[in-house]
Amino acid sequence: MSATASARRLGDVLLRLQGISLSFGGVKALDDVSFDVRHHEIRAIIGPNGAGKSSLLNVINGVYRPSQGVVTYKGAARRQMRPHEAATQGIARTFQNIALFKGMSVLDNIMTGRTLKMHAGFLFQCLYFGKARREELEHRERVEHIIDFLQIEHIRKTPVGRLAYGLQKRVELARALAAEPELLLLDEPMAGMNVEEKEDMCRFILDVNDEFGTTIVLIEHDMGVVMDLSDRVVVLDYGRKIGDGSPDEVRGNQAVIDAYLGVRH
Amino acid sequence: MFYREAGQFKTSYGADQAVFPIHQDRIFVALWLAIAFVLVPLVSSEYLLRAILIPLLILALAALGLNLLVGYCGQLSLGTGGFMAVGAYAAYNLCVRVPALNPFVAFLLAGGVATLVGIAFGMPSLRIKGYYLAVATLAAQFFLDWVFSRVAWFTNNTPSGSITAPPITLFQLSFDTPVRKYLLCLTILALFAMVAKNLVRGRIGRAWMATRDMDVAAEIIGIRPMYAKLSAFAVSSFFIGVAGGLWAFVHLGSWEPLAFDVNRSFSILFMVIIGGLGSILGSILGAAFITVLPLLLNQLPQWLGVSMSTAMISHLEAMIFGCLIVFFLIKEPLGLARLWRIGKEKLRLWPFPY
Amino acid sequence: MGFFLEVVLGGLMAGVLYSLVALGFVLIFKASGVFNFAQGAMVLFAALTLVRLMELLKHTFNPLLIALLLTIAVMIALAWAIERLVLRPLVNQPGISLFMATLGISYVLDGFGQAVWGSDVYVLDVGIPKRPLVLLESVVPGGVLVPSEDLFAALIAGLLVVGLGVFFQKTRIGRALRAVADDHQAAQSVGIPLNYIWVIVWAVAGLVALVAGIVWGSKLGVQFSLGLIALKALPVLILGGFESILGAVVGGLIIGVGEKLSEVYLGPRVGGGIENWFAYVLALVFLLVRPEGLFGERHIDRV
Repeated sequence: MSATASARRLGDVLLRLQGISLSFGGVKALDDVSFDVRHHEIRAIIGPNGAGKSSLLNVINGVYRPSQGVVTYKGAARRQMRPHEAATQGIARTFQNIALFKGMSVLDNIMTGRTLKMHAGFLFQCLYFGKARREELEHRERVEHIIDFLQIEHIRKTPVGRLAYGLQKRVELARALAAEPELLLLDEPMAGMNVEEKEDMCRFILDVNDEFGTTIVLIEHDMGVVMDLSDRVVVLDYGRKIGDGSPDEVRGNQAVIDAYLGVRH
Repeated sequence: MFYREAGQFKTSYGADQAVFPIHQDRIFVALWLAIAFVLVPLVSSEYLLRAILIPLLILALAALGLNLLVGYCGQLSLGTGGFMAVGAYAAYNLCVRVPALNPFVAFLLAGGVATLVGIAFGMPSLRIKGYYLAVATLAAQFFLDWVFSRVAWFTNNTPSGSITAPPITLFQLSFDTPVRKYLLCLTILALFAMVAKNLVRGRIGRAWMATRDMDVAAEIIGIRPMYAKLSAFAVSSFFIGVAGGLWAFVHLGSWEPLAFDVNRSFSILFMVIIGGLGSILGSILGAAFITVLPLLLNQLPQWLGVSMSTAMISHLEAMIFGCLIVFFLIKEPLGLARLWRIGKEKLRLWPFPY
Repeated sequence: MGFFLEVVLGGLMAGVLYSLVALGFVLIFKASGVFNFAQGAMVLFAALTLVRLMELLKHTFNPLLIALLLTIAVMIALAWAIERLVLRPLVNQPGISLFMATLGISYVLDGFGQAVWGSDVYVLDVGIPKRPLVLLESVVPGGVLVPSEDLFAALIAGLLVVGLGVFFQKTRIGRALRAVADDHQAAQSVGIPLNYIWVIVWAVAGLVALVAGIVWGSKLGVQFSLGLIALKALPVLILGGFESILGAVVGGLIIGVGEKLSEVYLGPRVGGGIENWFAYVLALVFLLVRPEGLFGERHIDRV
């Protein structure tokens, strides 16, 4: 994608982190991290294990409260958003260790992603008629659209606990998409997948960004994926930001090479 | 070969989401309802109705309520007896102090009182889980035990502490014969089961199950833990409160606080576990199992031709009971409901083995 | 003042008895992560076995010693049976299933114990001196009346706590037990024999139950209500933390004193019976304020 084409596609700043520091007891997980994410962008966060990448996502969607720093989302600046608020503001995420609801089927899991859009009252729920019934069917249709998009029709009634790891990751992505988010946080979406599955997942992520215009922040270890997918990259090491720029810029950055990428022997 | 789905394809999401999507299932259920509502009252003896079926139906309602809380929402509660007591005493006080009140309304209000108490004692669930929550609910159980035995107002200042419920008359019909009582309980159970099923397959049920499975992730999706947990406590307590009222008025007639003690809580919890956590049918099967079992065990020595003292029989009962619980937990942790489902699966393939 | 001290001391003594039972809970929870609801039933069963065996063997040269040895053997056999028949099949199930299973075990033990040994009240006499002592005569006029068997109980509890503490911290087996409590699979993967460990733990818990049974039984007589103590031990664990031996002791003492004080001073105003729920409400308050108990560890959920 040419530089001008991607510049046209990208919008204003959607999310900005300034001076984020986070500590657990004596351990400093994040140390004065600042960067921004633009509308429609695909931003990758990379770095060695323990660098604080997942903690960064947790700060963005309100699970952790940073000890210092400000998160500005859609123009509103605050230190922490409650997770529920993050959801209402249009932030969705997937997790490194799959956080699906193991007792429910694939369909039900994805339907939970639509919870915030369902408003039928309690009484209607009890009798399952009128507004409740209409909503169920409406949202079922939307969810089927996503199921179709991610090609998981054949497993829609299967209890999630029985699925293979790669499929579970896809279901988790579906659940996140069901919320029709503006900002999608993906925590190692391709961990544990083989080459084919990774290609599929890459394609899905690109399609989501293209078709729905969703802004995506993803943590990933596979450098090939990162270089291909992302518009810009943030590099973390021991909780500090050591690189920030386009994939090419980052690849040439000496500090990043020393900490993470290594050299060809 | 009878129980096949071949040829039954769904052309709309609505049809796919029906409670009984398979045609044969609908016939099956209709048949069961016909038997329950028409055949059983005609052929059952008074003993059967009074000693087995009526308690079974009422306890099934309580088990259903508890299953919504423990099985669907994952909040362990050992206070069921206490909440039944709330329903019973609330219904009693309403009927005795406001005699003009329609008993139907009185029961609903009693359920409402139980709901409020349930929400109050469910508050700790917002901060604690698992065993800790169990202890909090035990606190509720013992506290409620004490309240109903010490505070004379609840028993209308009856010196003995044992109170008698006034008879229920609805639309000039007095519910005093076993058949009428049976039909009343059956209707209430059927209605509540339908409501439960509707709740469970919709937004609220999914919120409960999400909270049960992984509450942190649920919160991140936008499901507020407070609403999910407290709504589970509320609905569950309503069911249990109404069951308590029925237990006192329809089954016992006269009672004292001991009728709703911690043993009652455990017994209903066992029904839920053995029947199957997270299953509506399971609650009913579990209640049936636990109601019928002691009666069978009582008859066993006679059938075997061995004579035993009643004390010995009750010891044996306790042992067999305990062994069965362990057995179910090992062999079929998903309870009788799962066994039922496996049975249906086999029926689908019949006469082929697999 | 003297009366107040007596109530407090009485409460402390009752608390020691609760602690003894809670110790068994802590052992099993610490070492296998299982909440053993059957601990109370084990206390009763051990005491019953001892009492009835002493009766049966009363014409031998030392009924107490022989009966004691036999009861210890029975408790070890019980631990083995529980491990084999219940714990092993349920090895990777969630905690709640194991809790329910111990509930089932408690029913079986109750039924079995009473079926075999009978359900009357039995007097247990193992030679603990029962003469009441009068202490602190110099400080308080008339002195404070303390039953010497209570002092004896406190002494035994103290020894047990020290012994168990040393066991867990210093010995190889103690370390293995702590590993198992943390993570069954991980412990297995480093070669810790799970089954063997569990038999040891439940046997030790059984012996602690025996000691508790002896102490309670000499004081109150061996009877069915002993089994209901399991429910009382729960608040003790909440206060002290599920995994702390010291916590079981401190929690037991606090509950014991609190119960007695509230019963004596608040009871008359509300018609008595506060003892039934005081412990639970206190536990509830603790749960809302400090859920991990006084000595427990905070659990952090990682996302």
